[in-house]
Amino acid sequence: MPLSLDTDTKLAAYAHPARLVTTDWLASHLGDPDLVVIESDEDVLLYHTGHIPGALKVDWHLDLNDDTTRDYVDPEGFAAMCSARGITRDSTIVVYGDNFNWWAAYALWVFSLFGHEDVRLLDGGRAKWVAEGRAMTTDATETTPSDYPLVPRDDATIRAFKDDVLAQIGNGPLVDVRSPGEYSGELLHMPDYPQEGAQRGGHVPTAKSVPWKRAANDDGSFKSADELRAIYGDEQGLKAGDDVITYCRIGERSSHTWFVLTHLLGFDHVRNYDGSWVEWGNAVRVPIEKPYVDA
Amino acid sequence: MNGALPPKLQGIVDEFVEVDRTERLDLLLEYSRDLPDLPERLQGVELERVHECQTPLFVQTEVEGDTVHLFFAAPDEAPTSKGFAGIVHAGLDGCTIDEILATPSDFAAGMGLAGVISPLRMRSVGAIMARVKRQLVERAMA
Repeated sequence: MPLSLDTDTKLAAYAHPARLVTTDWLASHLGDPDLVVIESDEDVLLYHTGHIPGALKVDWHLDLNDDTTRDYVDPEGFAAMCSARGITRDSTIVVYGDNFNWWAAYALWVFSLFGHEDVRLLDGGRAKWVAEGRAMTTDATETTPSDYPLVPRDDATIRAFKDDVLAQIGNGPLVDVRSPGEYSGELLHMPDYPQEGAQRGGHVPTAKSVPWKRAANDDGSFKSADELRAIYGDEQGLKAGDDVITYCRIGERSSHTWFVLTHLLGFDHVRNYDGSWVEWGNAVRVPIEKPYVDA
Repeated sequence: MNGALPPKLQGIVDEFVEVDRTERLDLLLEYSRDLPDLPERLQGVELERVHECQTPLFVQTEVEGDTVHLFFAAPDEAPTSKGFAGIVHAGLDGCTIDEILATPSDFAAGMGLAGVISPLRMRSVGAIMARVKRQLVERAMA
């Protein structure tokens, strides 16, 4: 049985309020047998320093990515990951994480590739929960393994590949959510982040620069529906019927924007290009725009 | 002279190898908790940042006679980076310059951590070692 929806008024103004919960809602539903709470972080140890009571860890490297091919887990891998955590096809999943929910949004997106029906994001993520002084624990979460079914991964609807991006140039909007320095080609990686090995800097021709952070408040929560419409609609000219592709460096920050466009603003067809700049900036002969001029 | 690890560091590597996968994470967490805070005299001082770590980590070396002291700063929200720094600190603080320069920067490859935290994240250790060694070499040449 899916859990009730959060009727918070801020959430109600979004296109798909069912995809988000507030910290209040989560606090009052912890322990519900149909709820599975998942923490998905950038720092692989952070969960172990303390997590929301009952939460289970999903690591993007180890649990969501294939360990050989640069791809996501296959249906067997996904089913095994879910089964080990007691997740059933009917579970209501709430995901939260560090760093503005980047990896939480990424995990939600991967669950969506496998068509998991009821998966929601905790607005504000780990930071907001902690800042509000809510319960955290280092107690291990007990689970009873389930038997999650094998379901195909749908790579066509919300996922874009390099060829899709090539075909998009001149035909539909591309949204580059990286920092201005990465977009211009001045930087080959995020400011203060590791070099992820791109040979070339710049952006995909025609891509708009809309850094992911513009959608977030400083406490980690999403901006209001009106604020988001002003940015992506009025300012950037994106429309709900557009076929949009988002990208960043390896697909985590663009999952955040994918979530904003799809679930908060109700765009029907947004795809996340998970290959992102680490693929594009290394691919031979793909077109690149580079406004930055090296000194 | 590359190859052998200083005894304390070898002991830590052995400690990781001897436990199972889950315990390795717990052990890394212990090292993150055991990393000493920066001494007061270094607080507020601009330290060298290890950019290859996904979360902020800063490193400073000091040499007293022939003995090297290592100092690290990382936020509590970055336990993995702190854990790596804690291992390097516990294994190499108090060693000589030559011992540290002779320590293979990829020593952590033999700790059995790649499978529990992913190989990509293991790069941080090499990055820390590279900064430590470079600071020592630069000081020797100054």
